[in-house]
Amino acid sequence: MAYDKFNILTSTAVPLPLENVDTDQIIPARFLKATKREGFGDNLFRDWRYNNDNSPKESFVLNNPIYSGKILVGGKNFGSGSSREHAAWAVYDYGFRCVVSSFFADIFRNNCLNVGVLPVQVSPEFSEQIFNAIYDDPNTEIEVNLQNQTITILSTGAQESFDINSYKKENMLNGFDDIDYLQNIKGDIETFANGLLL
Amino acid sequence: MKIEEDLNLIKYNMSKTLFDKVWDSHVVRKIEGGPDVFFIDRHFIHEVTSPVAFLGLKSRGLKVLYPERTFATADHNTPTINQHLPVEDPLSANQLKALEDNSNEYGISHWGLGHQKNGIVHVVGPENGITFPGATIVCGDSHTSTHGAFGAIAFGIGTSEVEMVLSTQCIMQPKPKKMRINVNGQLGKGVTPKDVALYIISKLTTSGATGYFVEYAGDVFENMTMEGRMTVCNLSIEMGARGGMIAPDETTFNYLKNKPLSLKGDAWDTAVAHWKTLKTDADATFDKELTFLASDIEPMITYGTNPGMGMGISQNIPTAEAVEGGVATYKKSLDYMGYHENDAMIGKKIDYVFLGSCTNGRIEDFRAFASIVKGKRKADHVTAWLVPGSHEVEALIKEEGILDTLTEAGFVLRQPGCSACLAMNDDKVPAGKYAVSTSNRNFEGRQGPGSRTLLASPLVAAAAAVTGVVTDPRTLL
Repeated sequence: MAYDKFNILTSTAVPLPLENVDTDQIIPARFLKATKREGFGDNLFRDWRYNNDNSPKESFVLNNPIYSGKILVGGKNFGSGSSREHAAWAVYDYGFRCVVSSFFADIFRNNCLNVGVLPVQVSPEFSEQIFNAIYDDPNTEIEVNLQNQTITILSTGAQESFDINSYKKENMLNGFDDIDYLQNIKGDIETFANGLLL
Repeated sequence: MKIEEDLNLIKYNMSKTLFDKVWDSHVVRKIEGGPDVFFIDRHFIHEVTSPVAFLGLKSRGLKVLYPERTFATADHNTPTINQHLPVEDPLSANQLKALEDNSNEYGISHWGLGHQKNGIVHVVGPENGITFPGATIVCGDSHTSTHGAFGAIAFGIGTSEVEMVLSTQCIMQPKPKKMRINVNGQLGKGVTPKDVALYIISKLTTSGATGYFVEYAGDVFENMTMEGRMTVCNLSIEMGARGGMIAPDETTFNYLKNKPLSLKGDAWDTAVAHWKTLKTDADATFDKELTFLASDIEPMITYGTNPGMGMGISQNIPTAEAVEGGVATYKKSLDYMGYHENDAMIGKKIDYVFLGSCTNGRIEDFRAFASIVKGKRKADHVTAWLVPGSHEVEALIKEEGILDTLTEAGFVLRQPGCSACLAMNDDKVPAGKYAVSTSNRNFEGRQGPGSRTLLASPLVAAAAAVTGVVTDPRTLL
């Protein structure tokens, strides 16, 4: 298992209602020289989160104790920009298992699916409903059900379905990335290889 | 390749391209709505993109699934002089050590610095017969497309995919679209495969083939040697293609026959019989098709900061309005190069000449270079780095007397490696200096911060080396 299995996630959520959040903000370039996958959670949104002297920026939502949880709710076009897989690592390592937005950048979406962060794309209207619910009550719980492909605001029962590629869904339910998937079909691979002349 | 299944495919599916035949026969499993599980016949690794992949393997507790299908060589970071001495740069030394240690631990063939078979990965693969027609080949390097010259599907991959191939010998890939580029007629004197490739890229631009896998066809490629085909396929990535390939033929089989790791005897005959079926069916169609005339191609030179910014050497630099793309970007590029719209390139002073790289670091390239410099002298102000693609190429240079020709003309031969192509080692072109280079990229700072690269063929590079300025090689032939 590359990451913890994802089935039903029930959690409060952190609101970040900014559009076009790019991966340079999610994880600045200076953190890409790492040769190990460690400490990325500390550097999530680093330059929005901390001042140059490493003191926390009070106005940034991650530093506001009222909001917490395993779900991050973002604005439109979340994860745009560079293809750095490190951005998805940072989101996962910080503790978010799910990002909700009305539109995801392609590569970021794929990177998330490969590291165990579930990108849930909802309609712009539902996105607004979620933000409003959280601002009304920061303890609002949201349920994300991967098997049923639904997201529900528990206090009101408002619910929407979301799409996910069936291969990626199967992987996410099992905590697999592509390598795990391939390891599981190793028998097929070896049979194929045995039939080759070269 | 599976002989019976492939013969059945041929009987019942008459409209396949070369690319389809090779791709489809390597799909282990198709995933509904997902990528194909694609088997990799040959995995080349080098010291820069493999260390983190091996770390990933260790942390998952996995082994290399098929070490015998994996081939390691040290090339990107290696010095091209004094290779017998310890490598000075600690980061380079670390990467070289990691490659050696990982290869030993997992039982992978390793041709490290100093090994008699060491050289640039895309030179040593073919010259040892590791590459073969109809193979699927990957490497953590974008110029892996080189091996497509043999009718293989070969492309570059990222580090996490390197880990994937090491552990499962497979990669998850959606099938790209197909493009065919035909070039017909006869190439003029002094016009080389490098010029054909630069010409095509100048017509397509650096993103013109994005999303496509290219097949090169027509007289010009049929008449090309294997080394020429490798040069062309090598540059496929520079127009955004996933890769490029040329159908195998007698030229291909003759090149591979009796190479150290090629099949021998009956196995060889069986393989050739199958390889002869690897061509595009007459009624197969491509998503896009282009045709060019050989007679339109002259020796090329680039004047800007991407490989698409090239033109015939006798021409003048186009105006911003005449080229595709943004005017501001174009002007910024010319500014960086210190050039102007409407300038002639011929006569422009140059400072460095680099002969080498996976694009043009083979024996035919050195023969071409020698044919121009024979009996002449290197221009005094020019610094020339002549870097053979491998020790085998180096040995041939000596055997054929080319080394004598070069020495008499005032040139020095260096040792194999990627060298000044990307200047990860000490072979860096200083800021502001102009380098005529037989490599593959002329991006800002590619050959050293502030360096200015002019991409060209070995003939153009040789002509510049003896005259000290950009020169049409046809005037010296």
